[in-house]
Amino acid sequence: MALPLAFTWTEFGQQVTSGLASGAIYASLALALVLIYQTTNVVNFAQGEMATFTTYVAWTMMHHGLSYWPAFVLTLLIAFGGGVTVERVLIRPVEHRPEIVIVILTIGLFIAINGLVGWVFGPEVKAFDSPFPNRSVVLGGVSISVQDIGTFGVCLGTVVALWLFFRLTTLGLAMRAVAFNPDASRLMGVRVGWMLALGWGFAAVLGAIAGMMAAPTVFLDPDMMLVVLIYAFAAAVLGGIDSPVGAVVGGLLIGVVINLLGAYVNFVGQELRLPTALAVLLIVLVIRPSGLFGRVVVRKV
Amino acid sequence: MSPLLELRRVEARYGPIKALHGVSLTVADGEIVALLGANGAGKTTTLRAVSGTVRHTGEIVFEGKQIARGKPDAVARAGIAHVPEGRGLFTQLSVWENLRMGAYVRGERRTLRAEAPRVFKYFPWLERRRDQQAGTLSGGEQQMLALARALVGRPRLLMLDEPSLGLAPTVVQEIFRIVKELNADDGLTVLVVEQNANVALDAAARAYVLEVGQVAIEGQSAELRRHEGVRKSYLGY
Repeated sequence: MALPLAFTWTEFGQQVTSGLASGAIYASLALALVLIYQTTNVVNFAQGEMATFTTYVAWTMMHHGLSYWPAFVLTLLIAFGGGVTVERVLIRPVEHRPEIVIVILTIGLFIAINGLVGWVFGPEVKAFDSPFPNRSVVLGGVSISVQDIGTFGVCLGTVVALWLFFRLTTLGLAMRAVAFNPDASRLMGVRVGWMLALGWGFAAVLGAIAGMMAAPTVFLDPDMMLVVLIYAFAAAVLGGIDSPVGAVVGGLLIGVVINLLGAYVNFVGQELRLPTALAVLLIVLVIRPSGLFGRVVVRKV
Repeated sequence: MSPLLELRRVEARYGPIKALHGVSLTVADGEIVALLGANGAGKTTTLRAVSGTVRHTGEIVFEGKQIARGKPDAVARAGIAHVPEGRGLFTQLSVWENLRMGAYVRGERRTLRAEAPRVFKYFPWLERRRDQQAGTLSGGEQQMLALARALVGRPRLLMLDEPSLGLAPTVVQEIFRIVKELNADDGLTVLVVEQNANVALDAAARAYVLEVGQVAIEGQSAELRRHEGVRKSYLGY
């Protein structure tokens, strides 16, 4: 077992900043889960695998000589199209069935994509390029890797762009309206089915970003997003599964807390990070099921 | 002149239960028409059949064309605004965002710029409270917001489902006063469902009385007021 480091503020700062970088990845994927949960009332268990698949698509493009950013943008477009297609083709036919049907469908999709990725790209671990230089900058005595800054910037930039989209555009408003009240939205002339498909598209884009940002550190393999997905679940539940702000705050919190626990709490170390996240999930579900930012749903019986 | 809206032998059912047994009625351009009747007579279902929120058989013709069946979004785009039972507000969105959604049907930004000032003339308080969350408004205010939201989209036909439900008499009068004003000012066509027959007959030129999913009585409002059955059953004197 690794001995805990002697405490210094510089080391602490480093742990926090690298926690924020991984937290931003969890936040992206958590936000993807929340986007779909808000409209479909179901957790998309395939979210991580969809992200893995798109990351492989990016890898393939780069492997064939495309440079990073063009491949990045193309991947996002493909992810968007893929997300929309999944909703139209797979989710739409079972839209009005009980939620458990959709849950099972997303679990099926999880298994199918996982198998497909292994079959098409092979099970061996692949290296994935990072677009950011491998050096560090020193800020106030804390050395922060440019990789972490870039990851944080890309993820949070996407989140902010999405937030602006939902606040300022007509389409964004219509998507929010559909999440709150689909029946009333229809009466306003909104094509509700397409708004749901767009939601899946955006969720897939967020997932693709999370995947591409995670791949340089966790490496590319068919199961690479499994752990990230569990952290994202914990983040979404912590923040409140129906709250986009909660998902982002929850993601960052989980990233930082897990990193700090791993570094400073003796028995957590590297190995117990994942169970710790699951413990967070359980504790939140018991103490505050609606999460930090979630709405309390009162059901009349 | 052919009517703006015409229903011919419209039937509708919820699962095995038939709610409409062949309703026929017309609404002419620029008219206020009331749809009266007891609970369960099929008033709400009639509106829902028109707006496509329940499937129907028979014919519903709007502006000379068959209306899309079971496609509320297409009906809304055709120019029919339906303020449903329970108002259908986006309670978590702000007053302003609700109005933006009302304009969605005709292209939000352009429509809103043109129509919001017109609507604020009738509901001045809405402009002052545009950032308030719609769910925190009082019942009467919510009903008025639902009405304002429908008007922002400049509908050819406005359908109101029991605007008086659960509201104080003065608020009900205020709402019907505004509907009458809109009708006089802009020639707005209105089909209004009401249990409160008194207030509805005041506003409407004509009315239909539904009984068990069919039109039982129809006529000018003044005629209906004199009709003995209507007086006893719906006006209470």
